[in-house]
This record gives sequence, C-alpha cells and structure tokens, in this order.
Amino acid sequence: MAKHVLAALVENRPGVLARVANLFRRRSFNIDSLSVGRTQRDEMSRMTIVMESDSAEADRLVKNLYKLVDVVHVDHLHSQPSVVREMALVKVRASSENRREVIQLCDIFRARIIDVSAESLVVEITGEEEKLENFTELVRPFGIVEMVRTGMIALGRGGHTLKDEGFKPNRSRAAARRNVL
Amino acid sequence: MSDETTATDRANEEAGTSTDAVVLTGAEIVCECLLREGVDIVFGYPGGAILPTYDALTKYPQLHHVLTRHEQGASHMADGYARATGKVGVAMATSGPGATNLVTGIATAMMDSSPIVCITGQVPTGAIGSDAFQETDVTGITLPITKHNYLVTSIEELPEVMREAFHIARTGRPGPVLVDIPKDVQIQEAEFVYPAEPIELPGYSPPRAARARQVDAALELIRKSKRPIILAGHGISMAGANRELAQLAEKAQIPIALTLLGKGAISEHHPLCLGMMGMHGGAEVNHAIQQADLLIALGMRFDDRVTGNLATYARDSRKIHVDIDPSEINKNVNVDVGIVGDLGEVLRQLLDRVERRPNEAWFDRIAEWRADSELREIVRPADAAQHPAVPEGKLLGAQVIRDLFEFTDGGAITVTDVGQHQMWEAQYYHHERPHSLITSGGLGTMGFGLPAAIGAKMSRPDQEVWAIVGDGGFQMTMMELATAVQEQVNVHIAIINNGFLGMVRQWQEFFYEERYNQTPMVNPDFCKLAEAYGIPTVRVTERGQIEEAVNASRAQTAGPTLIDFVVEKEEIVFPMVPAGADLDDMIRRPTPEEFEQQRRERATAAKAPEPQTPESETPESEAPAAAAALGSRFGV
Repeated sequence: MAKHVLAALVENRPGVLARVANLFRRRSFNIDSLSVGRTQRDEMSRMTIVMESDSAEADRLVKNLYKLVDVVHVDHLHSQPSVVREMALVKVRASSENRREVIQLCDIFRARIIDVSAESLVVEITGEEEKLENFTELVRPFGIVEMVRTGMIALGRGGHTLKDEGFKPNRSRAAARRNVL
Repeated sequence: MSDETTATDRANEEAGTSTDAVVLTGAEIVCECLLREGVDIVFGYPGGAILPTYDALTKYPQLHHVLTRHEQGASHMADGYARATGKVGVAMATSGPGATNLVTGIATAMMDSSPIVCITGQVPTGAIGSDAFQETDVTGITLPITKHNYLVTSIEELPEVMREAFHIARTGRPGPVLVDIPKDVQIQEAEFVYPAEPIELPGYSPPRAARARQVDAALELIRKSKRPIILAGHGISMAGANRELAQLAEKAQIPIALTLLGKGAISEHHPLCLGMMGMHGGAEVNHAIQQADLLIALGMRFDDRVTGNLATYARDSRKIHVDIDPSEINKNVNVDVGIVGDLGEVLRQLLDRVERRPNEAWFDRIAEWRADSELREIVRPADAAQHPAVPEGKLLGAQVIRDLFEFTDGGAITVTDVGQHQMWEAQYYHHERPHSLITSGGLGTMGFGLPAAIGAKMSRPDQEVWAIVGDGGFQMTMMELATAVQEQVNVHIAIINNGFLGMVRQWQEFFYEERYNQTPMVNPDFCKLAEAYGIPTVRVTERGQIEEAVNASRAQTAGPTLIDFVVEKEEIVFPMVPAGADLDDMIRRPTPEEFEQQRRERATAAKAPEPQTPESETPESEAPAAAAALGSRFGV
C-alpha cells in the first residue's frame, strides 16, 4: 500500500465530475482526495486524485478512467518527479496570552495569518501533506476551531506535461460548455 | 464495429444529403440523423415529452416505428436487433417512467457489450430540476449502465451528439448510449448540418493493432506450450474475427472452448471446438481448462460463471489475454501477456508467425474426458440404450432443445430467456454461425427472450428465429406478443414450461435442502393465452410430438407461433459447478453404471433401516458429495 497521485485531464463537459465520482463508488476505489479546477485551456479541467492502494489498483483506476469518454489523459504522477501541494485554512483558538506562541509556530512553518479576532486566528498553510499534518498536530493543543483543506494538487517537474495535443474543441459544443463543474 | 464510415456514407447517399443547410426542428434533426446512421427501425413507446419527435416521424416513412407494449420491450428489441446483425439498435421513450422502463434493457446491453442508442424525451430545459410532471434524471440513473450518455441542452449540439452517440455505441467495445432530449429542444428550429468530418473525440480512441513486443511474447508462450487451450468469447464475433480464430486454431492445433456469448465464434461442429466452458459447461471443457498449461483468452472477460474459484483457476497455466478493453486485462485473472487491440488485427498478427504444434497427447486426454461425459448423456434420440435415469414417458427440457436443434437443422437464430432452458440451449443447440445465439449472459435478464427475438427477426427477416423461453421469464414480458402480432413478426416461441422457476428451484434443491420457496408457479394456459392474440399454438407433452409441432410452427411464415412444451417439473441442468467452487469440482449426472449401483444401494438401505455404513457415506470416486447424494434422482 502506498499513496498514489493521479492527474487527469478531462473535457469540461456537463456531468464529468459526476462520472468520475461515480466510477470511484461503482468500482469501490477508495479515494483520499479529489480536487478539480480549470486549466490553461477553457475546454479542459484537471483533476488530481489521491488514493491509498497497491499499484495494481491504481493501475485499474487509470484504465477505468480512460474508459470514460470525457477523460482525455491520465498520468500516474507517482512514477515521475513531480511537485505536490495542498492548502489548508485553520482557525486556531488564540487569546492574547498564547497568541505569540501560535504566531511563532506559523513563522516556523511559513504559514500566513490572514485573519485575527479576539479569540482566534485564521492561518493559511501550503505544502506537502506531511507538513500540513505536522502543523495541525502542533496547533491542536491550542484548539482547532475549524479547518478546511483543498486536497492535493500536483504537476510533473520540468518538461513533463499531460498530453493534450490533438485536442480540438467543438465549436457548437463550446457554447454549451459554461461552468459545468 | 468495422465498416462504420461506409455505412454512414451509404446512408448519406440514400438520404440524399447535401451540404446545403436547411432549417429543421430538433425533432426533425433527430430523424435526419437516424437516417444518416443507417437506421431503418425504431422500437419505442410515445409519451408527452417525446411527442414532437413522434410527430416528426410521420414525415419519415423510411423510419419504421415499432410500437412495443412496454418500454423494457423496446430496449430489449433494440438489443436483439443489434445482436443479430451488429448494426446499432434504436429505442425511443418518453421522459420519467418511459425512460426508467428502458433501464433493464440498457443494463442488459451494457453487460453484453451490445450497441444500442436510446433516445428519451425530457421535460423542457426550463423545468429540469423542478420535479416537473414525468421528470426523472435519466442521465443520472443510466450513468453507470451506459457506455456514455448525453443530456442535450441546445439544438445546436444535437447533430453532433447524435453522431457521437452512434459512433461510440458501435466502435471499440460496443455498448449502449442514451441521448436525453428536452421537449423544447425538439421543438426549436436550427440550420441542420450533419457533421461531415469523422468525429474527433480526444478522450476516445479504440485501439487497433497490438504492440509487436506483445505479439512476440504471446508467440513465445504458444511455442513453449504443451497443453494450450483457446477461450473464445463474444469479442470474436463482434470483431468479425471468426475466420482468423479458426485459422489460428487449425494452424497451431489448439482446441477451443467457448463462453456462453462466445457460441458462434466458431462452428461447434469444428473438430477443434470443444464446446461451452463454465458453470454449466462441458465437464471435459472445464477439465481441459484446469489442466491446461496455456490459456489464450480472446475477447472474453473471465466472468465468475466461467472461472469458478479464482484461487484454483487454471493454476498451472500461463495466460494470454486479448481484449479491446484495457480495463479487462488483469481485472479478474492476472495474465502473463495482456494484449489490447482489435481481435481481427491481433489474430492476423499472430497468424503470420504462429507454428504448428504437436498436441496429440493433449487431444488424447481431452478425448478421455469427453468419453466419460458421453456416458452420462441422456438426450440422444438415436441412442438405443437410454440412460436408466430417464423415466418412461417423461418429457425433459433438455430433450426438447436437443430435438429442436435437429428439426431446425441447427440453422435457426435462437434467442433465449434466462434459466435452465438457457443452459440447455447452450448445451444442446450447436451453433455454426456468428450472431446465431442471442442471450442475456452478463446480466441474466429474465424477460429478455421474447422481445429480443422480435428485434432479431426484424433485423434478419430472412432467418428462422426461435424464442426459447421458460414459463417464468416469458411471463415477465409476454405483453410483447401483441407487438409481434401487430407487426406480423414471424418468430417461433417455444416455452419450456415446467411450472417452476427451474434454475432457482435447482439451487434450492442443491443448497437450501429442497425448500422450494416461491418457485412453483401457477401458470395460465399459454395456448389459450396465445389464441387470444390470434397466435397459432400447439401443446407438446411427449417427445414423439416434438417433430410435428416444430414442423407445424416452421410452416407458418407470417406472424408468431407458440409451442407450449410441458416438461418434467424437477429436472436438473448437469453438470454444475456450484458458485465459488473449483471449476473442475462439478456435480455430474451419474453414469448408467453409477446410477444402477446407487439404486441397488438405496434398495438395500430401504430393507435394512440400520444407520448407514461408512462405505455408503463415502462419495463416488471423484464425484463431490453433493453429486452422490443427488445421484439417486433421475436426470436429476
């Protein structure tokens, strides 16, 4: 069992997120996180899928993703150098007495404080999963009021890109392709 | 499937397509697209949200609409139509309940990779999501059971969607595609331009030839093998690779086992064809698979019904798997060489370089297993010495199928329902040609038989078509008798009527201590029922009556006919691999000798009501305990 990071380029069509999500449920894939967003091209979205599994299962997921007509390309980022990042917003309980300690922790983790109130701070922290885990463990004694994480996103390093050449968007279909996610 | 562009071009010519744009309604565009895709028949049922399209159909007499009696019948008919020819079948229904009634047929087509396009009406775009009258999220419902589906949100995209739908349905691994069209899109008008250029779908490119390295690896495994066997599935006939399969088997001298849907991949009279594998496959076939040192799986998917216990499945064999769907490779069974490609192309690649193998010792072993199977056979009418297990005067379902095979010269397209009769068909009706057995293999859909047979006959009016159904499944869709009569479809219906849900009863007998809960059925008089529809009928209760009844049915060349075969109530399909058991751990019909011995033992036990001796508890030789316990019963 290991962490597998898959990146998928998908056509920005209605229902594409439902199709991918349904695939996970239908074939019993256990997904740690899924994040979706736009790319440099309007017609396409990019999904980053993280799963804890053996490599045979990750391989099965890649093949099944390819079966979806809307999925253009899938990459297993586990097998090549890549950068991965995740962001968390953490609301930490901090009064005037212990605020300094929290701020010190933030400095060490290069986290940014983006909101301050009398009882709490909102901290923005970006990094690999382990860093986020370590930070939340250290601030937990102060009290985590609320927390949200984006899920992981990833890009291959250097010249490694997801293939999208040969992709020509359909003219009339583009009209119907309004923010479908 | 192969000749897509030519079919479309031909349709374009026939439809007189020109590049001049004309303004049409969405409904008319649907009809124009159907014509251009070569569609001649639409199976469907009208309703509110699809009414504009039904109105437009009146302007297109080239599109013959068949009114079914239930939308499930429409999707099964489209499926049967597709399976008999390889052409795309089309079903049409309204929104809400019309669309949901299609669902069983869509799932059936999905599991068996059958190319159909379903067109459903939807409430107007403005009303979507408001729980309007007869609104249902049919694209959501059918998401996991279609190859792809569409909700058309503007008339501009309608021609493209229609073209894509047919392209996706028929190419690669075929499957069902659903197009959901809101009523207002059907009413709107737009310039109609049919996309001339071939479709470019960036996320969809069915594979063609195999990689050379893969072919080398496969050839190497074949060269080294001593006990090879080919497992031929549905993919052979779908790829039209039947000739290549026969050539490969002949050139390399490799025997062929068939899956249920693989029947027709090669003539079952071919000396290298062993017959069907799996749960109710031939014992010699299953033994051969278990003892093989190389499995060459072609266009099949290692379904649990053909593998039995995966942990012990063909343990000593290397495995080559060729399939057009990459996700099938290493899904159920891990293989040594996985080849993704079109079977015709891949087999031609292999054929060029495969060598003749001396496999005589292997064939001798298979012949031994086969001889043992023949001892246990009960149905050959020519056999002077009948199996003592067949009681005097009883009509067995297996005999009906065996005789139907003989009296139709083995040349009919047979369409089955699901259950015991389906397995007897597979065992005793030996098919020669591709697309001549149409059956719901993957989903096992009861009620499939009659409507699929109607669809098959309508796509192949030149062929003799028999619907072989059980009394249970027949009653799930028997309302389609009216469709057959209205359309004067010359389909011959054979009901194998045992008054039971026979296969379920068989499981209850084997695994639930003969508690026949909810399997006995009180049936109507099927002959009287058919007569109410004006259908000629005959009832058969003895084997001697079969020939005359079949001949009388065949003599009818217009409209449906029906034969009610009243057969033995508690017959068993032998052999049987219990679910999850090892593939060669079969419950067998006893040989005549074993049968007599068991009868003597039973008689002795009856005289001396002592507790059983350890000897009599010991199961017969290799036969599993269940078989010994059952051996006392006939045919059965």
